[in-house]
Amino acid sequence: MSDVADRVKKIVVEHLGVEEDKVTDSASFIDDLGADSLDTVELVMAFEEEFGIEIPDDAAEGIQTFGDAVKFISDAA
Amino acid sequence: MSNGLMNGKRGLIMGLANDKSIAWGIARACREAGAELAFSYQGDVVKKRVLPLAEQLGSDLVLPCDVGDDASIDALFEALEAKWGKLDFLVHAIGYSDKAQLRGRYAETTRDNFRVTMDISVYSFTAVANRAARLMTDGGSIVTMTYYGAERVMPHYNVMGVAKAALEASVRYLAEDFGKDGIRVNAISAGPIKTLAASGIGDFRYILKWNELNSPLRRTVSIDDVGKSALYLLSDLGSGVTGETHHVDAGYHVVGMKAVDAPDIDATAGRKEE
Repeated sequence: MSDVADRVKKIVVEHLGVEEDKVTDSASFIDDLGADSLDTVELVMAFEEEFGIEIPDDAAEGIQTFGDAVKFISDAA
Repeated sequence: MSNGLMNGKRGLIMGLANDKSIAWGIARACREAGAELAFSYQGDVVKKRVLPLAEQLGSDLVLPCDVGDDASIDALFEALEAKWGKLDFLVHAIGYSDKAQLRGRYAETTRDNFRVTMDISVYSFTAVANRAARLMTDGGSIVTMTYYGAERVMPHYNVMGVAKAALEASVRYLAEDFGKDGIRVNAISAGPIKTLAASGIGDFRYILKWNELNSPLRRTVSIDDVGKSALYLLSDLGSGVTGETHHVDAGYHVVGMKAVDAPDIDATAGRKEE
């Protein structure tokens, strides 16, 4: 697993309080990991802070799963 | 900062959402100075976040309030009166606009969004201040949050800038209304801080960087910077101050031009799509 994926997973596990093995590429933050509407915004803010990038709203809306997040950040960072 | 400046004082904090909130910086500063706190929230999603934060500051007085609804505001202050009888200070850190209109041209603002932005970001302050003032029987202090976009044009701030200008005018009128009763009303104009609310504003990272490079202190401000200045306004240290818009922005508001030593920065940096 890439360094980016590890760092993203750590943020997701800490923020949502979920088991690490639940955080798979296809895991949806809202449907599978129990995120509420503010969690998704807070996660995006945490990713921005961790990786020093800006994730615009339209891109953020496309980040539904753990795999989406890793892909976007890998492309942007 | 456990200096006892706020010993025996009780205050309501409105607008706490999470530990990035400006309201959190203010609440923490007040608590460290000895204040007893109550919090209001809107909706269960926010409640879930406010409860543990309130507990950290020794408060179990966490009450619902939809500031768009007078009956809900009445219920909040009735509950506070029943619990405390009187109130010493109030912090209002609430605003709302459709984030789709916090980018691009102000001119495109719709009537509906103008109305709701003014209602939630401006009128709510007057509505809660008026009810709070009735409970401030030994005088008090009220603080709301504004931004320099009220005074000068800022990219993307748009209708929020117009609303903040009206909010700052409200502060002056309320200062006059309540002054005879020893109640002070002030606004803090904070520099940009990466909060949940700021996540709705376009190019925010660029705005932060610009402020860091061009403010006299060559940095941005933190929620603790705002908390300390709020403590001054909310405590007796600010006893002679009312009607004021106090800038806590690392001095940015005095600057007229890009700093000579500030590099040009790319507004689109970090934006991969758009």
